[in-house]
Amino acid sequence: MTTQTEVARRTSVTPFWYDQRIRGVLFQAFVLFALAALAAFIIYNTAQNLRQRGIASGFGFLWNTSGFDISFHLISYKATDTYGRVLIVGILNTLFVSAIAIVGSTVLGIIVGILRLSRNWLIARLATVYVELLRNTPLLLQIVFWYYAVLATLPNVRQSTLWWGMFSLNQRGLYVPAPILEPNFWLVPASLVIAIGLAVFVARWAWKRQLETGQPFPTWRVNLALIVLLPILTSLILGVPWRWEYPELAGFNFRGGTVLVPEFLALLFSLILYTAAFIAEIVRAGILSVSHGQTEAALALGLRPSLVTRLVIMPQALRVIIPPLTSEYLSLTKNSSLAIAIAYPDLVAVFAGTTLNQTGQAIETITITMLVYLTISLAISAFMNWYNRKIALVER
Amino acid sequence: MMNWKIAAAGAALAMVVAAPAVAGPTLDAVKQRGTLNCGVNDGLAGFGAPNDKGEWAGLDIDLCRAVAAALFDDAKKVKYIPLTAKERFTALQSGEVDMLARNTTWTLSRDTGLGFDFAGVNYYDGQGFMVRKSLGVKSAKELNGASVCVQTGTTTELNLTDFFRTNSMELKPVVFEKAEEARTAYDEGRCDAYTTDASGLAAERSVLKQPDDHIILPEIISKEPLGPLVRHGDNEWGDVVRWSLNAMVIAEEFGITSENVDKIKAESTNPEIRRMLGVEGDMGQQLKVNPDWAYQIIKQVGNYGESFERNVGEKTPLHLARGLNQLWSKGGLLYAPPIR
Repeated sequence: MTTQTEVARRTSVTPFWYDQRIRGVLFQAFVLFALAALAAFIIYNTAQNLRQRGIASGFGFLWNTSGFDISFHLISYKATDTYGRVLIVGILNTLFVSAIAIVGSTVLGIIVGILRLSRNWLIARLATVYVELLRNTPLLLQIVFWYYAVLATLPNVRQSTLWWGMFSLNQRGLYVPAPILEPNFWLVPASLVIAIGLAVFVARWAWKRQLETGQPFPTWRVNLALIVLLPILTSLILGVPWRWEYPELAGFNFRGGTVLVPEFLALLFSLILYTAAFIAEIVRAGILSVSHGQTEAALALGLRPSLVTRLVIMPQALRVIIPPLTSEYLSLTKNSSLAIAIAYPDLVAVFAGTTLNQTGQAIETITITMLVYLTISLAISAFMNWYNRKIALVER
Repeated sequence: MMNWKIAAAGAALAMVVAAPAVAGPTLDAVKQRGTLNCGVNDGLAGFGAPNDKGEWAGLDIDLCRAVAAALFDDAKKVKYIPLTAKERFTALQSGEVDMLARNTTWTLSRDTGLGFDFAGVNYYDGQGFMVRKSLGVKSAKELNGASVCVQTGTTTELNLTDFFRTNSMELKPVVFEKAEEARTAYDEGRCDAYTTDASGLAAERSVLKQPDDHIILPEIISKEPLGPLVRHGDNEWGDVVRWSLNAMVIAEEFGITSENVDKIKAESTNPEIRRMLGVEGDMGQQLKVNPDWAYQIIKQVGNYGESFERNVGEKTPLHLARGLNQLWSKGGLLYAPPIR
């Protein structure tokens, strides 16, 4: 029977498009071509319309002088820099607030999630109130609320105090002393890197030793001491290779030191609190997904409750927690674009806002902005997927 | 299944072949639609803001109404589209609005790179600063190291940076998307100074918590000719907008107001007045509007002086003097070409 149909296929005189496989390939090629033609037509039409109306197009504007100042920048920036540098400053500002917010919201979210499962009635109810309140109100309102609430309660610059001659918290921001680094300061971060390497080595050696001999090793404490003490030791040997520059009140504002503008603090605060509410629920779901029999068995084996959580519950719960956590991180990064409402100069505010308006090239700036967010989001997803695969339990 | 795939491929082809319609002249499109889509400020007292009855009122609003009166004999046939400083140019470029009357400064890059034409100037302005009296600052040159609240995407932002750079002063800008956010932050004390056009300063000061605690510094650091704009590519439409504004100015030159325009139309023997009000000549026809276009503007909206006094003049909370916005014959800059 097989030979008959095989022979039939090979010697058949029916046209080639009767073959299902070839038909499938042909149709896919055709649809792909139609899509490509559509995209090419849209691009061509747009370019022609722009030319007809005399609107500038192209990416040459990235090399023009920007002409405006930015209030918060991690790298040096002057008004005579190019729009390209504005783009980089915007990206760094977005990454800065997103990175810190991701770490902060994860920590807070885990704590609140576990607290909500506590047997203490008051703590569990307080955690519930927090989660429900922050999840169900729009983020933009929360950002604006924190900004004006923070601004309204902080003291005026002139009336603020300089704590210990070093710190000041007022309406213009949080002023901290800035370190001015000597030339040989680079040895300190180098020693930190070495300390981290040693810590990894110690952890592996301790784990291997425990597997072989059963003897536990205070890995966490030893590694913490290593990471903290080694750089301190290095800097002491080098003679403390930095000076502090203290903020002083001069004229309108404080001079010297570093300032964290209230826009940054308000945005960070509201992003952390908002996302932590969502993460708390994800963590709670993950913990509840582990069957109670596991806890009972672990307790029956004589493990302390803290060890039960750390060694038995969390590894299984993490399988359920990590995938939705990725979504929350991506959501947080994109939510940081609401910064324009409170004057924090993130990517959307300086590039898709001011630059778009000054150059009038809406299509190019929005495309670049979307590509940047896409890249950041894909990078976060890739990292989280790798981590997910790494901690996945291999079932027999 | 197969038919579905064919249909999908056919639809994609059809979309490619049936190209979107070529954009016709704006004037025809507006006349056909029967209403004017006018881009205005989302809330600047005196220039474009909803009043307490919810109707739009302001100097720029009156310009929209004048164009509608010229086109449709009805100043109410306007759809007002409030736009922030960030959205205004994209809205005009894309065709969402037919014209922009949103206190926009006439600059070279907006005239060329953005693809617009300015149809005149309806307010000659300049940029200034507002500070708290308690700071004891008497001049803008004393603002070294000050933080200044400003709105994004405006010439204000660029002029501010230029001014501080020219005078070698340090600037800490705090940049917001909306003017009211910038004003609120200044009111709360986040910034030492607030900057925008001098007319805007008067408007914003009137809505602060304690208006008398603030002063407007004397320096005017830039030229800000504010006027209506239209897109490149339709000269006839630009003419209609331009001459609607000119008609309001010329009416004030001749002393024609909304109250006496009927009397003057019936009795006047001045040839230019007769040409303007449509009694003689074919001015309306050349503009491709009705012959009584200017009469409708003056009757329904008023002349420039009436519009000024009603919206931003001495009797309003803004208290603005005519200053540069006076007729050329009285020492100001308003000089409209003759209607001939």
